[in-house]
Amino acid sequence: MRRRTALKMAAAAALIGSFAIGTAEAAQTIKIGAVAPKTGPLAGGSTVTHWPNIELWAAQVNARGGIKLKDGMAKVEIVEYDDQTNPGETIKAVQRLATQDKVDFIIAPYGTGLNLAAAPIFAKYGYPHIAVSAITDQIPELSKRFPNMFFTLGSTSAFAQSVADILSKMNKDGKMGNKVAMVNVADAFGIELAAAARPIFEKAGLEIVYDKSYPLGTQDLSPVVKGAKATKPDAFVAWSYPPDTFGLTKQSIIQDLDVKAFYTAVATCFPAYGGAFGKAIEGNLGAGGVNPDSSEFMAYQKAHKETTGKDADFWASATTYASLQILEQAIVSVGAPDRKAVIDHLKKGTFKTVLGDIKFNKNNNNEKFWTVGQWQNGVFQGVASTGRPGAKEVQLKAGWK
Amino acid sequence: MRSDEIRNMLLAVAGLGLAALLPLTGNGYYLAIGVTIAMYAALATSWALFSGPTHYISLATGAFFGLGTYVVALGIDHIPYVVLLLIALVAGAVAAGLVGLATLRLSGVYFVIFTLGLAEMVRQVVTWIQNNWSGHRGLYVLTDITEEIIYWELLGVVALVYLVGWWIGRSRLGFALRIIGNDEVVAAHSGINTARSKVLLFMVSGMAASLTGAILAPRWTYIEPTMAFSPLLSFQIVIMALLGGTNRLWGPLVGVIPFTLLWEAISANFPNQTTLLLGVCFLLIVYAIPHGIVGRIEALARALKERGA
Amino acid sequence: MDILVTGLLLGGTYALIAMGLNLQYGVARIMNLANGEMLVAGAFAAFWFFTAGQVSPLLSIFLVAPLTFALNWIIYRYLLLPLVKRAKNRGQLEVDSILATFGLSFVFVGIMMAVFGGDYFTYSYLAEPFVIMGDIYALNRIVAFIMAVTICGLLYLWLGKTRTGMAVRAVSVNPEAAGLVGIDVLKMSAFAFALGGAVTAVGGSLISTFLTMDASIGVIFTMKALIIVIMGGVGEVRGTIVAALILGLAETWVASVIDPGLTLAAAYLMFILVLLFRPQGLFGRQSS
Repeated sequence: MRRRTALKMAAAAALIGSFAIGTAEAAQTIKIGAVAPKTGPLAGGSTVTHWPNIELWAAQVNARGGIKLKDGMAKVEIVEYDDQTNPGETIKAVQRLATQDKVDFIIAPYGTGLNLAAAPIFAKYGYPHIAVSAITDQIPELSKRFPNMFFTLGSTSAFAQSVADILSKMNKDGKMGNKVAMVNVADAFGIELAAAARPIFEKAGLEIVYDKSYPLGTQDLSPVVKGAKATKPDAFVAWSYPPDTFGLTKQSIIQDLDVKAFYTAVATCFPAYGGAFGKAIEGNLGAGGVNPDSSEFMAYQKAHKETTGKDADFWASATTYASLQILEQAIVSVGAPDRKAVIDHLKKGTFKTVLGDIKFNKNNNNEKFWTVGQWQNGVFQGVASTGRPGAKEVQLKAGWK
Repeated sequence: MRSDEIRNMLLAVAGLGLAALLPLTGNGYYLAIGVTIAMYAALATSWALFSGPTHYISLATGAFFGLGTYVVALGIDHIPYVVLLLIALVAGAVAAGLVGLATLRLSGVYFVIFTLGLAEMVRQVVTWIQNNWSGHRGLYVLTDITEEIIYWELLGVVALVYLVGWWIGRSRLGFALRIIGNDEVVAAHSGINTARSKVLLFMVSGMAASLTGAILAPRWTYIEPTMAFSPLLSFQIVIMALLGGTNRLWGPLVGVIPFTLLWEAISANFPNQTTLLLGVCFLLIVYAIPHGIVGRIEALARALKERGA
Repeated sequence: MDILVTGLLLGGTYALIAMGLNLQYGVARIMNLANGEMLVAGAFAAFWFFTAGQVSPLLSIFLVAPLTFALNWIIYRYLLLPLVKRAKNRGQLEVDSILATFGLSFVFVGIMMAVFGGDYFTYSYLAEPFVIMGDIYALNRIVAFIMAVTICGLLYLWLGKTRTGMAVRAVSVNPEAAGLVGIDVLKMSAFAFALGGAVTAVGGSLISTFLTMDASIGVIFTMKALIIVIMGGVGEVRGTIVAALILGLAETWVASVIDPGLTLAAAYLMFILVLLFRPQGLFGRQSS
C-alpha cells in the first residue's frame, strides 16, 4: 500500500475510532440477569407478580436514558431464562448468568425454594441477592450463611401473627367468637405457615376447631369446606396457593360459609381474584396488602397497566418493583456497577420505593412489610403490617352476597 | 477376566478419572452441567439395569429419588450426613423391595402406570407426614457441602452402579435376566426364579435413585415436595436411557450426555420457547433414533466391519 | 348421603377426564401423555368463548368437539401413524408412543403459553348452590356430571350398537383379527384417537366451569386419567366409568371422614390394590 493511502486510512481509522470510543461511552449497558418460572407449577404466580415488573422497570429506566453512573448513563439489558420451576435449572441458569453471560447483576428468582437453591451461587460470585418471594423464618441463619442475601417480603411467623392479631382483636372487641377453622395446602409454604400458626393462634386465645391439609391440585375442595362448616367456626383461615385459593372461595360461596372472617393466603391479592368473584368476596382477607391510596402506588399501578397490559397485584408485585428500585438506587449511589460496593450500600442505605422507605436491618431483613390485606369496596387494602403506614380498619365479613 | 473386559474396565476408570478433574477448571457453570450429567448418568444407568433386561418401563425413579432427598432433609439436623446416606440406601432398598414384590404379576403398561402412581402416592404420604409431624421449621438443608463434593459423590455413585452392573452381567443373575428378557416363559421353565431376579434388580435401581436423591438434597438448600418428587424426572430418565440404548451398560450414558447438553443449549438460547423446543426435540429423537444411539453406533460398526471384511 | 352425592359428582368429573384417554389407549394403542394438555386446551377454549363472547360452555362444546376431533385426527395421521407402522410389536409401540406424546405435551404447553400466557384463568358459570336432599352442591358440578353421564352413555351405546362402534371395539379387542375380517384397523384407530381427543377437550370445557387452570396444569390431569383408565381396564368404557366413580367416592369419603390430606394417597392405594388382585383392571380382559 502506498504511504499516502496508508496515512489517509490511518487518519480515517483514528477518526472512526474516536467516534467509537465516544459512542461506547454514551452507550454503556448494565447487563442484568433474570431467571424465574415461565412454565411449570409456579408459572401462574410468576407471570402475574414477577416478570411484568422486570419488564416495567427496565422499560422505565431505559426511557429515562438509563441508570445514572458517575461517568454517564447506562441502559439496562435484561437477560432472561425460564427455569421451569425446577431448582436444578435455576442453579444452572444462575451459573450461566454469572460465568457465561457475565452479567453485572442478577434479579432474585421467584419462590422460596428457587431462591434458596440459588442463594449459594449468588453468594459465591458476590452478586447482591435482593429476594422478594422468599418468606421464611430462618432469616437470621440464612443471612449469616449468605451475606449477600436481603429479604423484603417478611417472615412466616409474622404472617401468621398478624392473622392471629386481627382475629383475636375482633374476638376481644366482642365482634366474633374465637373458633377458627384452619386448613393448609400440603406444600412447603402451606405446611410452614400452618405449623407456625398453631402455637401463635393458641397463644392469642383462639381455638382451632378444624385443622386439616389437602394435597396440591385437589380437584374437589367441597369436603374440606363442608368439614370446616360442620365445626361452626367463627373464622376460616386457609394457608393456600392460587388454584386452591380460588377453589376454596368458590366452595365457600356455594356452601354459604357463615364466618365473620375469611382468609386465604396466596393470590387473594390478585386482581383476577377480585375480577372473578365481584361483590361476593367483599371483606375477604388475604396475605399481603399495600396502601393503594398512596400516590406512589397509584402511579405505579397506572404505569404497570400501560407498559405491560396487566394489572399489578396488591402485594408482591409492588415489592418486586420496589426491589428493583432499591437495586437501581444502590447502583446510582455507588456510581458504578460495582457489586461489592452495592452490597455494602444495600446494608446501610435507606431506599425510596413504591412501598415507602425501605431499610435493611443487621440481618439484611426489611422489617416493615405488609402482612394482611382485605377486599374493601373492590380494592384490596392493606389492613395489617409490621410498621407500614396507611393500614385500614378491618371489617367483618358480612356474607357472600 | 478376558482381555476386552480388562480394556473396558481401564477405559471406564480412565473416563471416571478424567471426569473427576472437572472441578479443577474452576468454572462453576461447567461444574453445574457436570453435576447434572453425573446425576442423570447414575439414575439412568441404574434404571437401565432393571428396565433393560426385563423390558419393564419403570417410572418410579422420581419416588425413590424424592425418598432419598427427604431422608436427608428430615434428618440433617439430628443425624450425621454420612449416616443419612446409608439410611437413604436402606430406605430405597426396602421401598423398592416392597414395590417389586407387589408388581410381579403386572405386565406391560400396567407396570408403567403403577410405578407412576407410586411416585405420586409416596409424595402425598411423605407430605402428609411432614405436615402433621415435622414441626414448623420447613425443610432446610443448610450444610457446608460444596458443589465439588456433590459432583465427586455422584461420580462415586456412577462408579458403583457401573461396578454393580458389570458384576451382575458376569453373574448368574445376569444370565438369568438375559433369558427372562428374551422369553420369560422359557426362563421360568428352566428353573430360574424370575420373581426373585426381577425384585433384586428393582432394588438395585431403587437404592441408586434414593442415594442420588440424598446426595442432591444439600444442593437445593430448601426441599419442597413438588420439586423433590418430580414426575418429570422419571420421564427424563426413561427418555435418556432409551435414547442411549439399554442393551449395553454404557448405553444410558451415551443418551444422558447429548440430552443434557441439548436441554442446556435450548434453555440458554430460547428462554421464551424453552418448553416448546424441548418438545420438538423429543419428537425428533423418537422418530430419528428408534433403537437408541447405541443401536445406531453398533449398526454402523457392523456395517463398517462388513465393508472392510 | 352427602358423601355419596359429592363422591359421585367428583366421579363424573373424573370420568370426563379419563374417557378420552381410554379410547386413545384402548383402541389406538397410544398411551397419550399429552392428554392433559388437550383437556386444558378445551378449558381455554371454553374460557375464551365465555369471557370474550358470553357463550356458555354448554354451547361452545359443539364448536370445540369437531375442532379438536380434526386436530387429533391430524396428530394421529401425521405424528403417530409412522410410529404405529414402524413398531414391530405392541410393547415397542407403547414405548414409542409414551416418548412421542411426552414430547407432544411439551409442544402443546409451549404453544398454549405463547397464545394464552402463563396466567391462571378462571370464570364463574353456574356457580350457584343447588340443594339435593338438604345438602348444598355446586350447580356447575351437577351439570358436568349430567354431561358426563350423557357423553359416556352415548359412547357406550355407539360402541355397542352401531357398526362403526363395533368395528372400533373389535380393533380394541384384537387388531389382527379385526384386520382379518375386513376392518380398516388404521382408519378405525385414527377415528378412535380423534374421538378420544374430542371427548377430552369437551371434558376440559365442562370442568373449566369450576376449576382454576393454567397452561402448565395438564400433567396433573394426565396422571389422574392414566390411573383411572388402567384401574378400570383398558379399552372398556364401563370400566373407566366405574373406576372414575369409585375413585371419586373413595377420595370424598377419605376427605370427609379421615383427612383431606390423604385423599390422593388413598386413591393411589386403592389403585395399587385393584391391580394387585386384578392385574388386568376391574373390567379388563386377561392380557396376552
